Amino acid sequence: MFTYYLDLALRSLKRNPALTVLMILTIGFGVGASMTTWSVFRAVSGDPIPQKSARLYVPQIDMWGPSGRAPNSTDNDPPNALDYNDAVALMRDHRAKLQSALYMIAPSVIPQRAGQHPINVSGHAVFGEFFPMVEAPFEYGSGWSADDDAQRAAVAVISHKLNGKLFDGANSVGKTVNVEGRDYRVVGVLQDWHPRPLYYDVVNTGGFRTDDEDLFLPFNTAISVDMPNQGNTNCTDTPAESGFVGLQHSSCIWIAYMAQLDDAAAADAYRTYLEGFAHTRYPNWAPNVRLHSLMDWLDHEHVVPSDTKVSLLLALGLLVVCLVNTAGLLLAKFLRRSSEIGVRRALGASRREIYTQFLTEGAMIGVAGGVLGLLLTGLGVASVGLVMPKDIASLAHLDVSLLLTTLVVAVCASLLASLYPTFRAAQVQPAWQLKSN
Amino acid sequence: MTLHPMLAALRRHKAGVVLIALQIALTLAIVCNAIFIIGNRIERVQRPTGLAENDLFQITQLWVGAPTGEDAASIDKLDAMLRSDVETLRNLPDVESAVALNTMPLSNSTWSTGVGLNPKQETSTAQSAYYFSSEQAIKTLGLHLVAGRNFTAEEIRSRALRATTQPAVVIVTKALADKLFPDGNAVGKTVYYDGGTNPSTIVGVVERLQIPSVASWSSNFTWYSTLVPSVLNANFSRYAVRAKPGRLDAAMSAARRALFAANPMRVIDEDRGIRSFAQIRAEAYRSDRGMAILMGVICLILLAVTGAGIVGLTSFWVGQRHKQIGVRRALGARKLDILRYFQTENLMIAGGGAFVGIALAIGLNLWLMSRFEMERIPVLYVLFGVGVVLLLGQLAVFAPARRAANVPPVVATRSV
Repeated sequence: MFTYYLDLALRSLKRNPALTVLMILTIGFGVGASMTTWSVFRAVSGDPIPQKSARLYVPQIDMWGPSGRAPNSTDNDPPNALDYNDAVALMRDHRAKLQSALYMIAPSVIPQRAGQHPINVSGHAVFGEFFPMVEAPFEYGSGWSADDDAQRAAVAVISHKLNGKLFDGANSVGKTVNVEGRDYRVVGVLQDWHPRPLYYDVVNTGGFRTDDEDLFLPFNTAISVDMPNQGNTNCTDTPAESGFVGLQHSSCIWIAYMAQLDDAAAADAYRTYLEGFAHTRYPNWAPNVRLHSLMDWLDHEHVVPSDTKVSLLLALGLLVVCLVNTAGLLLAKFLRRSSEIGVRRALGASRREIYTQFLTEGAMIGVAGGVLGLLLTGLGVASVGLVMPKDIASLAHLDVSLLLTTLVVAVCASLLASLYPTFRAAQVQPAWQLKSN
Repeated sequence: MTLHPMLAALRRHKAGVVLIALQIALTLAIVCNAIFIIGNRIERVQRPTGLAENDLFQITQLWVGAPTGEDAASIDKLDAMLRSDVETLRNLPDVESAVALNTMPLSNSTWSTGVGLNPKQETSTAQSAYYFSSEQAIKTLGLHLVAGRNFTAEEIRSRALRATTQPAVVIVTKALADKLFPDGNAVGKTVYYDGGTNPSTIVGVVERLQIPSVASWSSNFTWYSTLVPSVLNANFSRYAVRAKPGRLDAAMSAARRALFAANPMRVIDEDRGIRSFAQIRAEAYRSDRGMAILMGVICLILLAVTGAGIVGLTSFWVGQRHKQIGVRRALGARKLDILRYFQTENLMIAGGGAFVGIALAIGLNLWLMSRFEMERIPVLYVLFGVGVVLLLGQLAVFAPARRAANVPPVVATRSV
């Protein structure tokens, strides 16, 4: 019976080729536009570390007090980074299972081979616990130990890419890399690892940027060699002393922090600890601390650009218009066939069969529109680079799930659009139709 | 022409009419907001920075192994390297002038601070972005000094990256001067930067100079720039260079070679180390341009879909009323009357849709305002949108209506 309906639908669609093409185009463009913007939205709003994001937390401490708020701020949100003293004190207390203070660096690396120009790399100064905490995948070697942190060891973890540039991709563990004129022993080489958003430091990177993380040095070592902070520095008061040391003694904020807390109880305990911490350090105002889970933090920092959200919303609006359009066309088309429906009904077809027949026709348009939508989505994803910022556009990609979603959305959309017209078609009174002819 | 028969006919197609009106309403709501976004972005992208942008380029470079300390000896060494770089650049045949400048409008890297009218002012009067440079900056950047004077060579200081001193003299933009001293005459007045106690005297006012950041956090001080007579000494440096007219490309490639020849221990990024101002501008506004294009594409698809929908539906109605049209024609209606009938019918439907659409457009705008950084949509945009959808309806209905008008009266005499 179903093949019969397919045949009927095909005949009907062939009878008005222009109209059929119009409906297919409508569905195709609607689906293509919304799936293209969806692919971008999906890319920037995804969970960068799904197996662990619920266990990673970012603390905020109000080190400036009520007078440190921006002039027009209405919420009582603490600053979004830590000053050096608080970060170091939190590390010393070591209350989470794993934790790391970190700051952005951008030193130059001097290749050992003659003839190579120095290269500028970016990266972070972190604690050894950072690597197991973010589950950084190593190609060779591993991160460094707590001892290395404590002794300010001159060790480094480099990226797959930097390893390729400096050592032609060979196992370089134990070799030295020259950073700003100082030698560091390579202890680990990361695999090709590009978490997006760059969740451990969204304040300084915005989450998306095109340059890679090439170098990780121990936090304490970087501080001891005066390696300047490349990220943002925010101050309410002018530091009393000048220079990098002055920055460390000041209440200026420039350090990111992340902690791993394995269950709700641990998170609660940590929150209580933070309150106590703030209370002892800043007795002049009520403790004002936050402990955001990772996804919560990404949302708090508006990692997904509002342009991406607005485009997705308007593209979905476009899809709705396409639905309404298709519904209108199908309605006119189905009702024009009232006499045919009347004959079928008079010959014994049930309402249910009318439903099946017309929904089949709707689904067929959906499948055709979906195929066109796939092509347009492919075209759209390939050309987002022309209209969206490079760092974001490069994340949007076609994959099986996007292709399937496109088809499913197209078929569901056209079924939805054909529901009301089909309902009207099924209401046709056989007797009345036969009489009027 | 009386509207009564038209309304009676529409009542027989209630669902179809409601669907097409709904479609027009939604189209209007989305198109208005999309065009508003496009308009905003175009306005943003086109605003002048205050620089003479042609023939201007920026160099960003990093010395390898340069001192990172901020003691006098380190600063002296950095300052000597910087002076020698500027000298190298000025000596190039294709270079008109060159100056050390910590950042550039639209280049994103921002030094910002609060400025107030009193020492130790708790809440600053305005936020401002610093440009650290010398007396050559005004000439190299092509700024217009509208009041007061330029810096003198004697006023130029050397400044460490994390120095916390406040400048003795400054040049501010007219916008900042007006904000600080609404009565005018800012020249000669003193202000306080960083909530500090050392007064800074305004010695000059430039007409316009945009701050480096174009991000939303800085949108409330876009025109509040301050020129400080200090050369920033750090392990990196940036130079603003003006090429001789039409010699931009030559000057840019000569600059790279000359700097490396003078001192090879430095990093100048292949892609972003030397950028013309046009490149800086394009990168700064890339996402705005992209958003405008995307909104444009969405508008085009929407209007095309809605237009095609009207054509399709009206064609159906024309086919359905084939016989009635014939009867009207036989009873003496002219072709023009039939044409007018369908045009008026469409105007009524589109008008109804547009009426609802205005409400939807404003609703959507309010909702976007509450969730995102959007401004209130001006009435003009909504009216323009209404005009667009009504025109679209008329254009779309024309072909089927003409086909209807061409139905011969003889149809009335035929049975189906």
